[in-house]
Amino acid sequence: MGMTMTQKILAAAAGLDHVEAGQLIEAKLSLVLGNDITSPVAIKEMAKMKTEGVFDKDKIALVPDHFVPNKDIKSAEHCKCVREFAKEHDITNYFEVGQMGIEHALLPEKGLTVAGDVIIGADSHTCTYGALGAFSTGVGSTDMAAGMATGKAWFKVPSAIRFNLTGKPAKHISGKDVILHIIGMIGVDGALYKSMEFTGDGIANLSMDDRFTIANMAIEAGGKNGIFPVDDKTIEYMKEHSDRAYTVYEADADAVYDAEYTIDLSTLESTVSFPHLPENTHTISEIEAMDEIRIDQVVIGSCTNGRIQDLRQAAEILKGKKVAEGMRLIVIPATQAIYLQAMEEGLLKTFIEAGGVVSTPTCGPCLGGYMGILAEGERCVSTTNRNFVGRMGHVTSEIYLASPTLAAASAIAGKIARP
Amino acid sequence: MENAKGTVFKYGDNVDTDVIIPARYLNSSDPAELAQHCMEDIDTEFVKKVKKGDIIVADKNFGCGSSREHAPIAIKASGVSCVIAETFARIFYRNSINIGLPIMECAEAAKEIKAGDEVEVDFDGGIIKDLTTGKEYKGQAFPPFMQKIIAAQGLVNYINEGQA
Repeated sequence: MGMTMTQKILAAAAGLDHVEAGQLIEAKLSLVLGNDITSPVAIKEMAKMKTEGVFDKDKIALVPDHFVPNKDIKSAEHCKCVREFAKEHDITNYFEVGQMGIEHALLPEKGLTVAGDVIIGADSHTCTYGALGAFSTGVGSTDMAAGMATGKAWFKVPSAIRFNLTGKPAKHISGKDVILHIIGMIGVDGALYKSMEFTGDGIANLSMDDRFTIANMAIEAGGKNGIFPVDDKTIEYMKEHSDRAYTVYEADADAVYDAEYTIDLSTLESTVSFPHLPENTHTISEIEAMDEIRIDQVVIGSCTNGRIQDLRQAAEILKGKKVAEGMRLIVIPATQAIYLQAMEEGLLKTFIEAGGVVSTPTCGPCLGGYMGILAEGERCVSTTNRNFVGRMGHVTSEIYLASPTLAAASAIAGKIARP
Repeated sequence: MENAKGTVFKYGDNVDTDVIIPARYLNSSDPAELAQHCMEDIDTEFVKKVKKGDIIVADKNFGCGSSREHAPIAIKASGVSCVIAETFARIFYRNSINIGLPIMECAEAAKEIKAGDEVEVDFDGGIIKDLTTGKEYKGQAFPPFMQKIIAAQGLVNYINEGQA
């Protein structure tokens, strides 16, 4: 029986010729990641282990990004704990304020993730690096601790669902619409314990930033990982950002999938996830037939949609316009490099002239940390990834997940609007 | 492994880690402090009522969302002795095993057991018994590898015992 792309990567990392779904394996890790929320717990757990230091100081990435720059004293203590650990163990890839960015935008940009890697991160959106043809998955702090100490992790080999993407998306339709459409179709546990493997000639019409967004939200369908084949765009991206050797894996022709879906990208519309689950999706045409949905705030940023393409697309819509009266538009470039690029391209000027604010990179509002908390009953259109109860603030506040273009158009209209 | 026994708190599908422990409390990693806010965004009564040994029963995809280990830590520190669900989100499942929070998948038990029922879980036999109704359910047993981690009371001890 043939193997899926994910199974081939896992087999190689486990030193096996063949693996099959359900098999328990121990795999060597290419990179272990943690942030300011999960690393302190991992550091505490690692201290209990009878091990000598970390397995490889070059293969650990510590990115304080959630409550950074420190939002309060307790967060500052967490960051201090991570900083001191990084210093004590001489961790190469520790990113201080000034170098840091949102982890899942930062690591590919810094060339730390390439095709064929096996990556675990104590953050659920670690699945983002599947865009590069890597196996990457989110774990908890104890797994991170064990990974830092031993350089290995146990995995149950997943089965897979194949998504065959065809056609070319229309203008203003991006990776966010693709993944929200898929989550709406299969549900928030539609890919539980499974790989989401994307294939098809439509992938050539998706930029790397689109692919990062799609792989990023595999977890929102319950997926263990999301993964894309390696093509010219992937190779070009890796050459631009990394000097690490990469390995290209392809699914076997006779690989077995639990289910297969074909999605014609040209038929997709702007798609919005209504509160309080990412699977509650509606197309903009459906929304236009409903009573209007007034909104108080728009957030454009996060590990899902804070990359340069996202900012360019939002700025294109906001250029020369003003946000609606009373609208709070918060734009957060995901990394310092993206921030600088956006500044040089005049995008930040566009956001500010439109009446928005621009923040230093942080996960802040996405998880209700800071920088845009919602009050009772307030509504937000956000390019982030979760719209759970209380995720961005008060338990009665509401989050509508959408693409950067729809978010920008909605900021201008003061209600959910077509880009 | 010792049996779990307690009163049931019942929840529905897709209980996410943001409601188990909201991110606004993640500036702490102290189990006792996290336990004070456990489940508060979907059940303000939980913290007031929960007693040592109590059991959470939920439907599909329990623990979806963020990878925060603070979620199973908060549940364990609140005194809960076992979580039974139709299915668990995979990171939560993994985290629970790694920190030694007993969990069990059983669709029938998740569907039929009611809030307030007294339930006993025999982990060795994988048997869930609703003492209020007298009905027994067979839960999904863990693979032997995971049983070893659970028997060691978590991944850290398992590695320290040199079994990894």
